[in-house]
This record gives sequence, C-alpha cells and structure tokens, in this order.
Amino acid sequence: MSAATAATIGTSPGRSAVVLALGRTLRTWRGGLSALCLLAVVAAALLAPWVAPYAYDAQNLQATNQAPTLAHWLGTDEFGRDVLSRIIVGARTSLAVAATAIGVSVLVGMSLGAAAGYFGGLFDRIVTAVVDLTWSFPEVLIALMFVALMGAGLQATMVAIAIAYLAQFARLTRAQVMGIKNETYVEAAVNLGAGHLHIVFRHLLPNAITPVIVAGMLAVGDAIILEATLGFFGLGVQPPQPSWGAMMSSGTAQIFLAPWTILGPGLAIALTVVSINLFGDALIEALDIRNRLRDS
Amino acid sequence: MLVPVFLAVSLVIFMLVHLVPGDPIDNLLQIGSSPEQRAALVARYGLDQPLVVQYGVWLRQLLAGDLGDAIVLRQPVTELIAESLPHSLLLGGLAFVFSAVVGVLAGAVAASYRDSALDRGVMAFILLGSTLPSFWLGLLLMLVFAVQLEWLPVSGARSWSALVLPVLTIGLHGVALVARVTRAAMLDVGRRDFVLMLHAKGLSHSQIQWRHVLRHALLPVVTILSLRIGWIVGGAVTIEFVFARPGLGSLLITSINQRDYPVVQGCLLMLAMAVMLGTLLGDVVQAAMDPRVRDSLK
Repeated sequence: MSAATAATIGTSPGRSAVVLALGRTLRTWRGGLSALCLLAVVAAALLAPWVAPYAYDAQNLQATNQAPTLAHWLGTDEFGRDVLSRIIVGARTSLAVAATAIGVSVLVGMSLGAAAGYFGGLFDRIVTAVVDLTWSFPEVLIALMFVALMGAGLQATMVAIAIAYLAQFARLTRAQVMGIKNETYVEAAVNLGAGHLHIVFRHLLPNAITPVIVAGMLAVGDAIILEATLGFFGLGVQPPQPSWGAMMSSGTAQIFLAPWTILGPGLAIALTVVSINLFGDALIEALDIRNRLRDS
Repeated sequence: MLVPVFLAVSLVIFMLVHLVPGDPIDNLLQIGSSPEQRAALVARYGLDQPLVVQYGVWLRQLLAGDLGDAIVLRQPVTELIAESLPHSLLLGGLAFVFSAVVGVLAGAVAASYRDSALDRGVMAFILLGSTLPSFWLGLLLMLVFAVQLEWLPVSGARSWSALVLPVLTIGLHGVALVARVTRAAMLDVGRRDFVLMLHAKGLSHSQIQWRHVLRHALLPVVTILSLRIGWIVGGAVTIEFVFARPGLGSLLITSINQRDYPVVQGCLLMLAMAVMLGTLLGDVVQAAMDPRVRDSLK
C-alpha cells in the first residue's frame, strides 16, 4: 500500500477531506453566493474579448464623460471609452497579476518556511529574523520599495506583491511544520530510513499545506487591492492597458465631471474582494482550521 | 534590538535604491551635453564611487542628520522631510486616536448587547470596513461629502476641515479592526469566574461590562494596536496620495515616479523608523498597563 492510499483511509475512497470541505462550503449560502460571484468575475476575465461590449481602447471623442446609458451601461471616460468594457478587460490584469504573484509567493514562502521549520539551526534563525523584520511593515511600503527598485510596470508590480506577502506564508508554513515534525509518524519514517526530501514532501507538506493554501486564497483578495493601489499611484500596469487602479486614478481628475469612472472599477474590486473573503471564511469554517491559521 | 534592526533596514533601503536601473543624472542633463559634463555631474553626486564607500558616506551623513540633496527637487532631503513630516504625523496620529476610541466603543457596545440588532450592525460594518479597499472608501467619501454635499474640501491641506475625510478614511479601517478585537476579547473575559462573582454580588449588567470586563479586555486591544501600527503608516501613505495632501507618502510616490533616489531613501527610512518606533512604543505601553509583563521585565 502506498503512502497516498494510506492517507485517505478514514474518508470515503478517492475523495480527500479538502474536496468534502469544498462541497460543504458550497452548500452554505455565504459560500455558494460568493463562489457564484467569483465564477462570474473569473468568467468575465477569461472571456473578456468576447463579452466586453466595446474594445477597451476604442475612443469616441464625440461621447466623452457620458453618464450611464443603455449603450454604455457604466458610462464613458474622458476619451469616450466604454467603462464597462475597460472593467471587464481590466479584470484580466487584476486577477492574473494577483493570482500569479500570490502563487509564486506561496511556493517560495512555503519552501523557505518548511526548510526553516524542518532543519532548524542557523538557517531557521536567519529566516525567522528576516520574517520578523518584514512582519511589522505594511505590505504597501514593502511593495513601494520594490517598485522603486524595478521601476513602474507589470513585472515590478508582480514581484513587489510576491515579496510583500512572502513573510506571511513562510511564517505560517514554519509554524505548521514545527507543530507536526515531532509526530510519531514522522519519527517512524525517519527510523525506516526515509531521506529529508521524502519526509518533507510526503509527510510534512501534505499535512501542513491546507492552511497555507487557504491563507494564499485570502491573500489574493489583498493582492488585488494592493495591485489596484499601485495602479492608482501610477506605478502599476501602464496605459493604454486598463487596470482597475489606474482607471480610478484618472477618474479622480474627473471626480466632478464623471464620478461613474471611479464608482465602476471600485465596485468591481469590492465585489471580487468581498467574495474572496466570504468564500475563504466559509472554507475555514468547513475545514475547521481557524486555530491553525491563528497560531502563527 | 533597535540598532541592528535600524542598520539592517538602512542597508536594505540603500541597496534597493542603488540597484535601480533608471538614472536620475539623465533627467538633469540638458539635451546635447557632452560625456565630460555627464562625468562631472556623476562625480559631484558621488555616484562613481564603489557601493560600499557610498553606503559608508551615506550612513555617516545620515547619523549627522544629513540625508543628501534631492536630485530633481534640488533641495536638502532633510528639509523636504521636515516640511512633510508634521502633516503625516498629524494625519496618522488623529487616525490612530479615532480608530482606538471609536473602535473600543463600538466593540464594547456590540459585546455588551450581544446578538442584538446593534451587535449585528457593528459586525456588518466590521466586515465592510475591513474588506473595502481604503483608497476607494476615500474616493466614495470624497464623492458624497465633498462633491455632492459640498460640506468639506475635496483635497489639499489648507484648512482643518480638509483633515476630516482623510482621518475618517484611515480611521474606518482601524475602527473595524479594533472593534472586532475588543468585541472578541470582551466576550472571552465575560466567561470568566470573576464576572459570575460580580453578577452574584448584584452589580448591574452595564456596570460589569464597562467597569470590569472592558478593562480586562483592553490588553489584547493594545497588543493588536501596537502590532498593527505599521498599517496606520501604510494607510497614511495611500490616503495622502488620494486626497493630494502634502506628507511623506505623497513625497515618496512622487519621488519614485521621478526616480529621485535620495528622497526615496529618506522617505522609506523615515517611514520604516515610524513603524519600528511605533511598535516599540506599543510594547512599552503594554508593559505599563499589565503588571504581569512589568514584573517579568524586572
């Protein structure tokens, strides 16, 4: 019997505890509703070229700063571009940047945290010191530091976001690994002659990964806000490529003329982030891991 | 502890800003300048020295209170920071007091009228306040109170009334956080034996909640406030920019856009110091409040 089948004993065959918890989450009203909203946002982002009513860069200088009408549901901006279309195309940037950056951040942070927790010693002390140092700093300040280094743009935004959240995942994984590395099944694996890599990847990470993934999911929401904030500062994705933050930034100059250019992208951010938080919260309940998230 | 952390942070900030690809000298040169004129400018700002030497010079000047001259703004960085720091301190300080006072009150009300409509209202506000992006909240407040109702100025820092919206924007996030912690802590304390004893003695519900439970519950609130002081600093950076207020945050973002290294360094350093000093101050206040922590230090 392989280790993988041994791990699933106790639950119904072929289905892990995570899949069962996902099912339970989707059946609560908060989980179901927020999943539906997220699905809509992701679908809009993926299908942007087909569902957007206009091209994101199609200017119409005869119809600038128009209030919402039937032709333009969310109005037009200072160049007569359709706000709704730009929000839909902007969803691609926001979601892709946030998800990629957090994905990288989780992978790197998890590796650092797992190695630090498992091996201990000097490496652990260095990682812990760096993590503690960055922990008290606001993410926006860390991100600004790296944007200052790399210059404005898509790449810098991704790197800045990935680094800003690194400490969180390293800290969380380290705490999980420290909690389980002295369990008897790990000791048994050591006594049976298992190598370090085998222990970390087959025994420690599978048991430590769930809270980290959930924390990562919640962090995608924060990362969307951070991406929008950098875009708002004019340091994110550069025009004409639309992004929610940059749209609101140019809307601020028009706050008296065309307030809908601020309201639309803001609502898109709020809907996405609130959905992510509600879904994550319902998932935490279903998985019963609130304590494991709080411990670190 | 503060000195090695300060050295580490200063080194990181110095390295970061000096690895930047863009060159501020290019912004200063007139079109058609000769390479010799360029070399003279580079030498004047010491950019031709090895990095270690530049760091040493920078650190020595820093300890003497000299942060160098701004390349684009052509003014001592210390002067620029001295001009913007009071604005940031005022904004951050007011936002901090607002979040602490209103947050504790809201949390305490929610906890002592648990499961009432009031409690649910506070909880809904907490959810909204902690998830909405702060700069959008700022823009919404601006739209309602400055553009539509015309009660308050849209931006700037010319009058005291211009402070209201920025303080509210940063503060609402803080209120949500503080209210959540206060409520949870009070519900936790409410389950302890001494509270049962107070009930048995015949004290009224509100007397117990406000005079006894709240005092015990304040400790975790102070811990959270001191841990999250950096987040007030981060909020101030963002919100200053939204409301076009002078301050360290606005100065930092403008300087990043103009690639003005010395100013970026100075601002990042000041903001980092603010975070570190704030956290330290929080520890001190916590020790002063809790006899157990105080005794363990002796």
